[in-house]
Amino acid sequence: MSEKSQIDYELPKKILEEINNIAKTKKLSATQKNKLKERIIKEYEKNSFEPGEALGIIAAQSISEPATQMTMRTYHFVGTAGIQVTLGLPRLIEIFDAKKEPSRVVMTLYLNKKFNTKEKSEKVAQKITEKKLRNYIETISLDLTAKKIKVKLKKLKKSEIKDIIEIVKKKFKNYKIKYLKDTISVSLKKDSSIKDLQKLKKKLLEVHIAGIPTVKNVIVIKQNNDWLIKASGFNFKEILKFDEIDKTRSYTNNIYEVMGVLGIEAARNVIIKEIKDTLEQQGLDIDDRYIKLVTDMMTFTGEIKPIGRYGVAGMKSSVLVRAGFEETVKHLVKASVTNEVDDFSSLFDNVMVNQQIPAGTGMFELIAKMNEK
Amino acid sequence: MIDKLVFTVLNPETIRKMSVAKITKTDLYDQEGYPIEGGLMDPRLGVIDPGLRCRTCGGTVGECEGHFGHLELTRPVIHVHYAKLIHNILKVTCRKCGKVLLDEKTKEKFLKGKKSFKKLKSLVKTKCPYCGEEQNKMKFIKPTTIVEGSTILSALEVRERLERIPNEDLIYLGLKNVRPEWFVITLLPIPPVTVRPSITLETGERSEDDLTHKLVDIVRINKRLRENIDLGAPDFIIEDLWELVQYHVATYMNNEITGVPPARHRSGRILKTLTQRLKTKEGRFRHNLIGKRVNYSARTVISPDPMLDIDEVGVPLVIAKELTLPIVVNEKNIKHLKDLIRQYPEWPTINYVIKPDGRKKKVIELNKNEIADELDIGYTVEKQLEDGDWALFNRQPSLHRMSIMGHRIKVMPYKTFRMNLTTCPAYNADFDGDEMNLHIPQTQEAQTEIKLLMRVPLNIRSPRFSGPIIGCDKDHITGLYLLTHENKEFSRKDAVNIIRNCDDKIEIPDKKTFTGKEIFSIFLPKDFSIEYKAKCCKGCKKCLKEKCPYDAYVKIKNGKLLTGTIDKNGMAVFSGKILDEIDKQYGHDFTKEFLFKITKLSFNILTRYGFSVAISDTDLDQKVIDKTHKIIDETKQNVNNLIKDYKKGKVQTLVGRTPRQSLEVHIRKELADSLNKLAEEVERNLPYNSTYIMATSGARGSLVNLVQCAACIGQETIKGQRIKIGYYKRTFPHFKQGDINLESKGFVKNGYKQGLNPFEFFFDAMNSREGLMDKSLKTRHSGYLERRLIGALQDLKIEYDGTVRDSAKKIIQFVPGEDGLDPSKIQKGGIDVGKIADRL
Repeated sequence: MSEKSQIDYELPKKILEEINNIAKTKKLSATQKNKLKERIIKEYEKNSFEPGEALGIIAAQSISEPATQMTMRTYHFVGTAGIQVTLGLPRLIEIFDAKKEPSRVVMTLYLNKKFNTKEKSEKVAQKITEKKLRNYIETISLDLTAKKIKVKLKKLKKSEIKDIIEIVKKKFKNYKIKYLKDTISVSLKKDSSIKDLQKLKKKLLEVHIAGIPTVKNVIVIKQNNDWLIKASGFNFKEILKFDEIDKTRSYTNNIYEVMGVLGIEAARNVIIKEIKDTLEQQGLDIDDRYIKLVTDMMTFTGEIKPIGRYGVAGMKSSVLVRAGFEETVKHLVKASVTNEVDDFSSLFDNVMVNQQIPAGTGMFELIAKMNEK
Repeated sequence: MIDKLVFTVLNPETIRKMSVAKITKTDLYDQEGYPIEGGLMDPRLGVIDPGLRCRTCGGTVGECEGHFGHLELTRPVIHVHYAKLIHNILKVTCRKCGKVLLDEKTKEKFLKGKKSFKKLKSLVKTKCPYCGEEQNKMKFIKPTTIVEGSTILSALEVRERLERIPNEDLIYLGLKNVRPEWFVITLLPIPPVTVRPSITLETGERSEDDLTHKLVDIVRINKRLRENIDLGAPDFIIEDLWELVQYHVATYMNNEITGVPPARHRSGRILKTLTQRLKTKEGRFRHNLIGKRVNYSARTVISPDPMLDIDEVGVPLVIAKELTLPIVVNEKNIKHLKDLIRQYPEWPTINYVIKPDGRKKKVIELNKNEIADELDIGYTVEKQLEDGDWALFNRQPSLHRMSIMGHRIKVMPYKTFRMNLTTCPAYNADFDGDEMNLHIPQTQEAQTEIKLLMRVPLNIRSPRFSGPIIGCDKDHITGLYLLTHENKEFSRKDAVNIIRNCDDKIEIPDKKTFTGKEIFSIFLPKDFSIEYKAKCCKGCKKCLKEKCPYDAYVKIKNGKLLTGTIDKNGMAVFSGKILDEIDKQYGHDFTKEFLFKITKLSFNILTRYGFSVAISDTDLDQKVIDKTHKIIDETKQNVNNLIKDYKKGKVQTLVGRTPRQSLEVHIRKELADSLNKLAEEVERNLPYNSTYIMATSGARGSLVNLVQCAACIGQETIKGQRIKIGYYKRTFPHFKQGDINLESKGFVKNGYKQGLNPFEFFFDAMNSREGLMDKSLKTRHSGYLERRLIGALQDLKIEYDGTVRDSAKKIIQFVPGEDGLDPSKIQKGGIDVGKIADRL
C-alpha cells in the first residue's frame, strides 16, 4: 500500500468529478473535502484490482456464462417500423466474429435542427433511398427477333425522364440506345443470343438512378423530440456528406464502416454499444469493464480483429497455445519453419507441461537465497 | 522447469545422430514371436513389455522413454505438410542458381515491408537478375506434385534445387535456421515403440498400432523400390513404386489429405496417423495436454442439507476413508499420527506411510503396530479426511469461477455429498440426480490457497455483475415473507424456540410477544440501516413509503426492521439488497454467518407453520371468469374487424411493410393489449394463498404463470410469429384455407386448469417443442463462443504496474476496466461517493 501512495496516482476522473460535485452541493470546507478525498482513495485502493488477476479469463467467463441463457430467436422489429435487427446469441456471435457484412445493417440518422420536421425528414429519406431503373419502369419488354429491349417509364416529370435517359446512355455506351418520349429501347448486336438479352435486361433493371447505393428500407420515426431516419445499407460515408444530417449523432451498427469513416476509437465505441444493447435486450447483467476489455482486445492493434482463429486467438505469441486452440498442425508446421520459440509465458502452454501458470499466486518467483542446511 | 521450447525441422544429420537402429526388415517378429532386430519393433527402440529391459538404455517400462530409429529412403519424397511451402519457394527462386529472383534494391525494400509469399510473388522477376536464366511457370498439384512448365519435378530434382538456395537468401523466404532441402525426406525417423505400443489380445495374438501398420507399408515399398532399381527394372515400374512410397509417407504424416484416398486397416477402418493423433478435440493437444486427469478426487450424487454451514460439504464416510491428505511428520504431530495408525481401521486413520527415500507402505491390520513404531520425523503419512479439512467442490459445466469453490469437509453417513442450499445458484445445481466432484489438494500451499482465496464466503459477490451469487432462493424467500409480512405475532415461547434454533448465543430481548419483523431484526447488525422497495411492491403512482398498504416499503434503521417485507429484493441471490449491503459493510465471513442464520430462520418458520399449494389456489370467482371470457370475446371481435378491414383493403399500412405484414402487427398489438387487460383483471382477483405468496414474494413462479393457469394462455408463437406452419395455407385440416383469425393461428383461450382443446394442445406443444430445440442449439453455440473467448483473452492479466497485458507483454488497457475497480469487490455502480460523504 505504501508503495502505491508513493506513485501518487490520481483517482479516475469520474470519481474526482463526483467528489467535486458533492463537495459543492454539500458545501464542504477544504479540509472536509480533503478528508473525503482521503477516505475515497482508501476505499478505491481497497476495491482495486490486484496484480496477477487473470482478468481475461474472468471477462471471458462473465460474458459466456450468461450467453447460455440467451435466446436463439433471431429477428426483432425496431418498434413498429419495418427494419429487422438480429438479436440474442446470433448477434453476439456476429459482433465477436467482426463480420465484414453483418446480416442486418441499420443506420440511425439524426437530422440537423433546420430539417427536424416530419415533412423535411421525409424528403431527406426520399433523397437517400436508392432508386434503380426498375423503380421507374411501367413495363419492360423483350423483342426477341430484333434483339431489342423496350422500357416504358412511369409517368414522371420531363426533367426526370431526361435525367434517367442520360444515366442509361452513360452506363450503356456500347449499345445502341434510342428513346422516344418515355420509352427507351436498347438494341443488341444481331448475332447475340437470347441469353445475352436476358442478361442485359437484368443489368438494365439494376441501373442506379438516384439516392445512395444499397440504402433500403428507409423509415422516418419520431423519437423523443427528434425525427430520425432508420435505414439499412452500407454507405455511411456517402450519407454523412449530406448537409441535412447531423454528423455528430448519426450512427450505424456496421463496425467496419464506422472504422473506415470515423476511425478505430469510434469503432470501439460501436462494438461496446452493440454488445451492451444486445445483452440489455436479453435482460442480462454483465459489468461494462469486461465488455470494454474484450473490445480493447479486438481493437488495440488499430484494426478490428475477430475473436477466434483468424483474429485474436490466432495471433497469440505462444505456439503451443495456438496449436491447442485450433488448426493444430498448421501452427506447428509454421513454427518449425520459422524456428519459433515458445517461452512459456502464457497459461495453456504451462498447463501442457504441468507447470504452474504465471498468473495469480503463480506470477512471482521467490528470489531470496537460502542457505541449504 | 521448462524454460523454452524451440521448434525446428529435423535434418538428416540429426536424425542419423539420434537413431539407435537402422530399420531394414519388413517383418516385425520371428517365428518364436520375438521382435526382429532391424525390424520395426526392434528391441533397441525401447520397451513396452513389462519385465523386459531396454536394449539401449537398460530402463524398464516407465523408465525408458524409447529411442528413435531411422529408415533410409531409396528415393526422397516430399513431406506433405511442407509441399505448398516448397512450391512457393521454387516459384520465387532461380531454377539454375537458386537465388531469390529479386535484385538488390527490391530485396532491401522487401525486407522493410511486410514479409509474405504473396508480396514476394508479386515482386519476383521472370528472368534471374544474377545468372540471367529465364524462369518457367510453376504449378502445384495437390497434394505433393510440383510441375514446372509441363514436366513434373521429381522429389530428387526438387531437393537438388532447394539445396542450391544460398543461406543468405533464406530470410526472404521466411525461413530461419532451417534448410529448405530438409522439407524433402531422405531419412525417415522411426518413432520409438513406446509411441506405438502393440497390444497383446487375450488370444495371445498381437495387435499392432496404426502407426506401425503404416510404417510397415513404407518399409515394404521402400525395400521393393530398392530391389527393382538394383534389378534395373523399367522406368515406369520404378516411377510407380516411388509414387507409392510418396503416398505411404504422405498418409503416414496425415491420413486426411483432400483428394487422396485414406490408408485403411485390413478391416476397412481408416488409420489414425500422426496428424490425426494431434488434431481435434480428441487429439493429443486438446485431450491430453490441455485437459488433465487427477487423483485424489471423488464424485457422487448431491443432496441438500440446510443444517450444513454454507462453506461446508458433507462427505460420505466411504469417500473420507479413501481420500487422503499428505502430512509431514514432525515433533508436534508424531504422537497423534502414531495413535491414528494404531487405531486402524477405525476412521480417521492413516492409509499410507511414505518413507523419506520415497518408498510407500500401505497400513494394514497386520503391520499397523510395526509401522507406528517405525514412524519418525521426516516421514510423510497419508491421512484420511477429517472434519475441517479443505477441499475443492465442483459441478460441471464449470462456466465461471464460482463453479469450483473451497469447502470445509464434514464427514457424514450415507453415500451422497451434502451441501447447503445457498450455494446452488453458484454451481447451478439442483438435486434431481446431479453429481458433483470433490478434489483434495495435496500440498500445504494448495490447502492454504483454498482457504485464503477460494472458500465460499469469498465468492459471495460475483465478478460478473457485482452482486451476490450466493444467497436465499425459492423456499428461503417464502419463509422470510411469511415471517416478516405485516405484523405477525409470536409468543415468547415460539419466538425463543425459533431464534435458538438458528443461533444459540444471540441476545434475546425481554419481551412477552414478538412480531416477525422483530425476530428478523435480532439477526441484523446493530448499526445497519437501509431503505428500498420490496418485490411485492405494486408500483403505485404515488409511493406512500412507510405507510405502504402492501407492506412493501422496507426500512431498516439501526438494525431494526421497521416496515416492509423481506422478500426477493431483500435476501435473494442476484438481487438481494440487504445481502449486498451487509457483504459490503461487514465483510464476507460475517455475511456467511448472517446468511446461514437467516436461512435456518426461514426453514424454521416453514417447518413450524407449514406451507403447501393446491390446485384450487388458482380458482377464480365465476364473475371474474365471465369477465375474462368477455375480454377474450372482445379481442376476437376486434381482430375480426381488423381482418375485415384488411380484406376490404382498408388496413393502415406501416412504412416498409406489406398490408399483410401490417395486419399482423396490428393483430399482435391488439392481442398484447387485451391480454394485459385480462392479466390485470385476473391478478386483481386472485385469492391470497400459498401460490400467490410464492409469486409475489419472488420465491417461484410469476403472475403470468398464475394467469396462464387460472384464465387464459394466450397466443402461441413460433419464431415470434403466430403459428402458420402445418397444412397448405392452414394449420389444421378443419380450418378454411387462408383463414387468419385467432383460433386458426394458435390462440389458446383456455387456461391450463380448464384444459386445452386438442387443437390448442397441439399449438401449445408446438411452442414448447420450439423451446426445446432452441435450448439444444444454444448450448452448442454458446459453448463454442466461450472457447473462443477464452482462447482470445486467456493470457490477459494485470501486471504489477497496474496495466492489463497479454503474454507478449503488449498493453491492452492502461487502467483495467478504465477505472481500475474490481467488480468482485465493489457494489454495483462503483464507489458511492455520496454515501461516504454522508458517513463522514
